Amino acid sequence: MKKEQIKFYSGNIAAAEGAIAAGCRFFAGYPITPSSEIAEHMARRLPQVGGVFIQMEDELASMAAILGASWGGAKAMTATSGPGFSLMQENIGLGAMTETPCVVINVQRAGPSTGMPTLVGQADVMQARWGSHGDYEIIALSPSSPQECFDLTIKAFNLAEEYRVPVVVLMDESVAHMFEKVVIPPENKIKIVNRKKPDVPPEKYLPFKPEGYVPPMACAGEGYNVHVTGLTHDEKGYPQATDPEVQERLVRRLCDKIRKNERKMRDIDEYEMDDADVALVSFGISGRSSKAAVKEARRRGYKVGLIRLRTIWPFPDEYFEKIAGDIKKFIVVEINYGQIKLEVERNVGKEKVILLPKFGGEIHKPHEIYEKIKEVYNGD
Amino acid sequence: MEIEAKSHPFDKYLRADRIPHIWCPGCGLGTALNCFLQALEETEIDLKNLAVVSGIGCAGRVAGYINVDSYHTTHGRAIPFATGLKLANPKLKVVVFSGDGDLFAIGGNHFIHAARRNIDMTVICVNNYNYGMTGGQLGPTTPLEARTTTAPYGNIEHPFNLCHVAAASGAVYVARWTTLHVRRLKESMKEALNKKGFSFVEVIAPCPTAFGRRNREPSGLDTLRYYKEHSVIKHGIDPSEADIEIGGDIIVGKFVDIEKHTFNEAVEELIKKARK
Ligand SMILES: Cc1ncc(C[n+]2csc(CCOP(=O)(O)OP(=O)(O)O)c2C)c(N)n1
Ligand code: SF4
Ligand SMILES: [Mg+2]
Repeated sequence: MKKEQIKFYSGNIAAAEGAIAAGCRFFAGYPITPSSEIAEHMARRLPQVGGVFIQMEDELASMAAILGASWGGAKAMTATSGPGFSLMQENIGLGAMTETPCVVINVQRAGPSTGMPTLVGQADVMQARWGSHGDYEIIALSPSSPQECFDLTIKAFNLAEEYRVPVVVLMDESVAHMFEKVVIPPENKIKIVNRKKPDVPPEKYLPFKPEGYVPPMACAGEGYNVHVTGLTHDEKGYPQATDPEVQERLVRRLCDKIRKNERKMRDIDEYEMDDADVALVSFGISGRSSKAAVKEARRRGYKVGLIRLRTIWPFPDEYFEKIAGDIKKFIVVEINYGQIKLEVERNVGKEKVILLPKFGGEIHKPHEIYEKIKEVYNGD
Repeated sequence: MEIEAKSHPFDKYLRADRIPHIWCPGCGLGTALNCFLQALEETEIDLKNLAVVSGIGCAGRVAGYINVDSYHTTHGRAIPFATGLKLANPKLKVVVFSGDGDLFAIGGNHFIHAARRNIDMTVICVNNYNYGMTGGQLGPTTPLEARTTTAPYGNIEHPFNLCHVAAASGAVYVARWTTLHVRRLKESMKEALNKKGFSFVEVIAPCPTAFGRRNREPSGLDTLRYYKEHSVIKHGIDPSEADIEIGGDIIVGKFVDIEKHTFNEAVEELIKKARK
């Protein structure tokens, strides 16, 4: 669209529209609550923009198909929820190993297992990071509103293309199903990143030799005869599955391309942090309850602030290390029994961190968080 | 007599820098690959647009030896990966080359659904009746009573008849040959490559190392001899009549060759409709 548009979208629809705006032209998925509206919307919208939608036979297939589509040259995405996300893990690992740009939306519901299919959860944080076997790093973003579902899905595609890695959009059921105003910027105002292509002829091209950390990518049919394997491979892309040195070089790079670029991917919404001595740490829907609690606490004179993580992985270690000295207590608000809490503890020390968990099926009520804030101050 | 050659006639198709390959002496995989390259040679396919996808297994290593865009994916997932590849770039000729376990045990669900959708791809399955790569365990095509490392008393599971599965799932082209039938196998591969839609070629192949030696065929040659004595060509028969039994005849031939609207064609029409 040439002009800015105002829409009234659910988080799921906004994410699907964000994907299309980012250039996504291939979607493969398998229906699962609370993510199905994304597939349904893509089924309707993709053909209109010349893209392909396919409903696969399961999530193993969906994940494999988007990797294939990405090597076919398309920007590709799938969307799922916990059980499906579990099934995708092996091929998320293949995506990380073969440096395949793609986006996986996981609309979190309460688990483990089938759990509470229609109700909110935020307990796939650790799975998003290391759900597949082996050492690797990926990127995960977490939106708190339909607007952010739109914006962060675009960002997810851009990061996937720039770093050649699967990017997870870690939504939650509440954000996915809430309807709100979404501002769609004019097309020319949306930043789009495309994977870098090789600029050397095929005989000179080493498909897994990085420029910086990331190798340029030649897709199928471009004449580069690339071999792509999930086995440990050298810069030519050839398997070297018994050479620990090749393994070290590859795995170190796969991890470092994310770790060493953490600051560039950092995306934190700080609220009332300037003079804060207590900080809430939260994300997704919990970030919104937290914000309401901070407002209330500020009104009553508590110097509390909020650190809302929009980029969850890579975790902003450096940021937390830096502010650790100024903050007396961190209250981690999340709908799980302590996952982001572990990351905060790792950076600021256990004694400073308090967990305010929910176990799934409901969100934090702002007054519950406010009570916790009061308790922390009074116990000081 | 000394035989010396600086190059192989098919070097242009191969990643010569990856040879020698990992396959055992007497293995049928080299023959299957050779037939495939001959078939390619006789088609008009532009190598630039050829993509070969494999899963995991000895057969799964084929992708790594062919000098085209080639993808060695995860165990069982070659077909859905290939589906994405073909749908994202319809210009590609997509070939899946993999094993019986990869395509019909862990990946069986994908096989039947890709055939049902009539996704435009050629699937070549090298059926050696077992899991060669992992040391000879039973698989979905192990004949009843055959011995494997996980069926030490003889297999008690009924095997799949792959051509029957393919035909029943909707494949538009279905053929079976052994690695003894190199000329006919090549012809079928060529027909499959030239076919629009989901084509399937089963290659019955010796695996002396992991299967043959536990089943009275210690060398690849013993297995080829068995093929010679027991293969019966029956073109056009209902593949449900082509079950494979230990000690029995192996029915080979072209069983299915039909026309059907492909998924890619349907997608193109859908896009036209949606864009109106
Ligand atoms: C998810 C997963 N499970 C198990 C394996 C181990 N594995 C590797 S190859 C293989 C069997 C391959 O059999 P087949 O497809 O018949 O190929 P062959 O080696 O006989 O050619 C197995 C079980 C794996 N790589 N991945
Ligand atoms: S184990 Fe069997 S299938 Fe694998 S290379 Fe050896 S003979 Fe071939
Ligand atoms: Mg096998």
